[in-house]
Amino acid sequence: MERVPIQLTVNGQSYQVEVEPRMLLVHFIRDVLNLTGTHIGCDTTSCGACTVLWNGRPVKSCTVFAVQADGGELLTVEGLERDGQLHPVQEGFWEEHGLQCGFCTPGMMMTAVALLQENPDPSEEEIRKAISGNLCRCTGYVNIVKAIQYAAHTMRETVPAAAGIAEGE
Amino acid sequence: MTTTPIRGLGHPVKRKEDPRFIRGKGTYVDDIKLPGMLYLDIVRSPYAHARIKRIDPSKALAMPGVVDVITGAELEKAGLAWMPTLMSDRQMVLPTERVVYYAQEVAAVVATDRYTAADAVLAVEVEYEPLTPVLDPFKALEPGAPLVRPDREQKTNHIWHWEAGDKEKTDRIFQEAEVVVSQDLYIPRIHVCSIETCGCVVNYDRATDKLTIWMTSQAPHAHRTVFSLVSGIPEHKIRIISPDIGGGFGGKVPVYPGYVIATYAALKLGKPIKWIEDRSENLQADSFARDYHIHAELAATRDGKIRAMRVHTVADHGAFDAAANPSKFPAGLFSVCTGSYDMEAAHVAVDGVYTNKPPGGVAYRCSFRVTEAVHTIERMVDVLADELGMDPAEIRFKNFIRPEQFPYKSPTGWEYDSGNYPATLQKALDAIGYQELRREQAERRARGELMGIGISTFTEIVGAGPSHTFDILGIKMFDSAEIRVHPTGSAIVRIGVQTQGQGHETTFAQIVAEELGLPVENILVEHGDTDTAPYGLGTYASRSTPVAGAATAVAARKIREKARLIAAHLLEVSPDDLEWHDYAFRVKGSPDRFKTMQEIAFAAYTNFPQGLEGGLEAVCYYDPPNMTFPFGAYVCVVDIDRGTGLVKVREFLAVDDCGTIINPMIVEGQIHGGLTMGMAPALLEEIVYDDNGTILTGTFMDYLLPTAVETPHWKTDKTVTPSPHHPLGAKGVGESPTIGAPPAIVNAVVDALSHLGVRHIDIPITPAKLYQLLAEKGVAE
Repeated sequence: MERVPIQLTVNGQSYQVEVEPRMLLVHFIRDVLNLTGTHIGCDTTSCGACTVLWNGRPVKSCTVFAVQADGGELLTVEGLERDGQLHPVQEGFWEEHGLQCGFCTPGMMMTAVALLQENPDPSEEEIRKAISGNLCRCTGYVNIVKAIQYAAHTMRETVPAAAGIAEGE
Repeated sequence: MTTTPIRGLGHPVKRKEDPRFIRGKGTYVDDIKLPGMLYLDIVRSPYAHARIKRIDPSKALAMPGVVDVITGAELEKAGLAWMPTLMSDRQMVLPTERVVYYAQEVAAVVATDRYTAADAVLAVEVEYEPLTPVLDPFKALEPGAPLVRPDREQKTNHIWHWEAGDKEKTDRIFQEAEVVVSQDLYIPRIHVCSIETCGCVVNYDRATDKLTIWMTSQAPHAHRTVFSLVSGIPEHKIRIISPDIGGGFGGKVPVYPGYVIATYAALKLGKPIKWIEDRSENLQADSFARDYHIHAELAATRDGKIRAMRVHTVADHGAFDAAANPSKFPAGLFSVCTGSYDMEAAHVAVDGVYTNKPPGGVAYRCSFRVTEAVHTIERMVDVLADELGMDPAEIRFKNFIRPEQFPYKSPTGWEYDSGNYPATLQKALDAIGYQELRREQAERRARGELMGIGISTFTEIVGAGPSHTFDILGIKMFDSAEIRVHPTGSAIVRIGVQTQGQGHETTFAQIVAEELGLPVENILVEHGDTDTAPYGLGTYASRSTPVAGAATAVAARKIREKARLIAAHLLEVSPDDLEWHDYAFRVKGSPDRFKTMQEIAFAAYTNFPQGLEGGLEAVCYYDPPNMTFPFGAYVCVVDIDRGTGLVKVREFLAVDDCGTIINPMIVEGQIHGGLTMGMAPALLEEIVYDDNGTILTGTFMDYLLPTAVETPHWKTDKTVTPSPHHPLGAKGVGESPTIGAPPAIVNAVVDALSHLGVRHIDIPITPAKLYQLLAEKGVAE
């Protein structure tokens, strides 16, 4: 099948690759770039395990073609840690036992990063609404909410260092 | 003394597995990529019952990138068209004559990438002759019903009949009883839907003649044995690695056809093969749970004392009995359905039936049909309370097995190890303000509002199991641990069970930390690799802590006994003069003279007494003397929207008793998750088929998992009643909330409507179902 050249920046690194036009962004991230932290949990854009930030906004990368992302900037879970320093959302998930099997966690964290960028002090209800497109089968969400509250608190105390990450810098 | 804290039992130690997960550095099966790897995809049946007239792979084979198309005819020549299930039934790997459920595997394609494989699936031409399917298990039992399994000698859809308890005594009590209540309950088919689907990567290395399978497996050792027995490949030439697993909940216990086909393809083609299901394949074809049609009766006195219970169940197992119950228990541990209540007699009978639906009867985060058992008794107690006009809490207190009755022999033959049911319920009622809620309910009812309070006081049975009773395919259900202490005082622990999110790498390290007095961070836990881990039956049915946790404690104690000899040698005293206290061996009467495990470990390699072997390690294969019986008291408060039929869980308090707690943070997390998977089938989830046997809920668009919006903010509390026979007193907890939550929710909804003459509602209580009921009762808005 015909291949199309694309150029995009992922976690601050620039890539120029040729891909089939039908290749999904999630497969590009996982199979071409070997960034396997972004997961696949369904085939109907329901579960959110594949959530990444595309130009700063959360998208389900199973429902974007890689060619659509041409020229854009992506942030995946692998790009959250900077200079050996965990992102406050990563810290929060660890501190508050916000994960069990870990499969939904990267997508959940990316949604949380995007939420906190837009709303630095969300209520529990706002957090629950924001993550309602990300399914978790293990935790029952209570500790995920706490993890995001932990991160929100930490980020309010320590910004602007962490906030820039979500924007892809 | 060491200055690093030990952080053994009871500490909320942050999880050791998390640093890799929060960085996206876990290794799940689909993350594994081998040089030259090919992708396998599966052609599936569009019919629930059909004869296969022809399979033509030529168009698929002609596509660039397609390497092979594998059919049942080819597998039959290799003796692999059928495989054994874990219930001693047999299951088609690929069909040679007919398909017996919708989405059944029909053929497999192998291609150089996953897109080409998916294209090739569409290019395989299959000609079917549709046959009449039988979908209702009661109709399947009628004479002349279409035969689901003509391959069997017995020409009937009836699989087995199983019973427990004393029929004669039970019938006698029912005849003379002052009050009898009966109720039909249907517990529908549901699916575990771990967020990671199933799959494998298979590599056959011709040079070493070794087959390595990375597999989404909850029981890698048992799977290795099955693979060896089926293929004839010697067991030491098969290595199954269960890497990071994205949730299991019972769905990753069975062997699925895809694993077998991928293994066949790897051996045939000499190339690594990857097979990963799509979500819709997972939801449509993998093992389901439940599907129990229950008729239950209670006999009681007029003042509310339960005397006997009688239950008959028709169990729909789909086209193959591919459940994963212990072999002597085709209906699992359903006979624990007398629950937390003392009664004179009980009789339980279950009939297993084939239908043209996907196979299974596996768990959905529950230990072998205990959810069905608990739902039955917890609903029936409320039905009886309604009949007698008693309060649901009062009738429970009246019938509880009393604390002094433990160990308690149940009328169906179980020996409950320990419990204190009244204390746990009282704690829950006090904490939630039960009397105040009842007053509020009366006020709201007077205003026409629908509010309900539901109670569930369940008894769970976990820790399979004692070897005299429990086996799977003949393999006894022991479990194992192997501990090796290194010279500088750190240790590696290998266990026969396998985490799918439960946190074994942390909790099992805490057990060893506690028993040996070594800091938890210096203990590495490994699992899931059959070449290195000791043989075990795997993680499901909440058996890890009761069985492998016990094995770990016993292995550590063996190490401690050897350490005593070395400490005595170092301190120049008799071993009898030493006592283990405050994480060190101390001279009796002179506690300041002591040796820590770190010092002893070094001596075990550098300065051990004459006649003693060097090194410091131990193994234990633990055969539990009994099951453990966790329990709890849950109270749920719901408000019902009369305009939509929507049930809102306003408050839910879970008071659990799982005996000794190893890591309270992890226990609480397990309870949150279990409650959510209890709420899901109560209010949302159901697998539905149309009259042709086509699934109507085959994707996440139709099969609704709870999101953060529907899920309430769970509240938890605990009582602690240790198990008397477990070395740590621990009982297991992961599934208690899944079995305890559904009846609490249903009881609350029924309670909200009890003044309208509603006594039972089958799950799931969806808004559509409830709105219709509200309309019938004239209270819909």
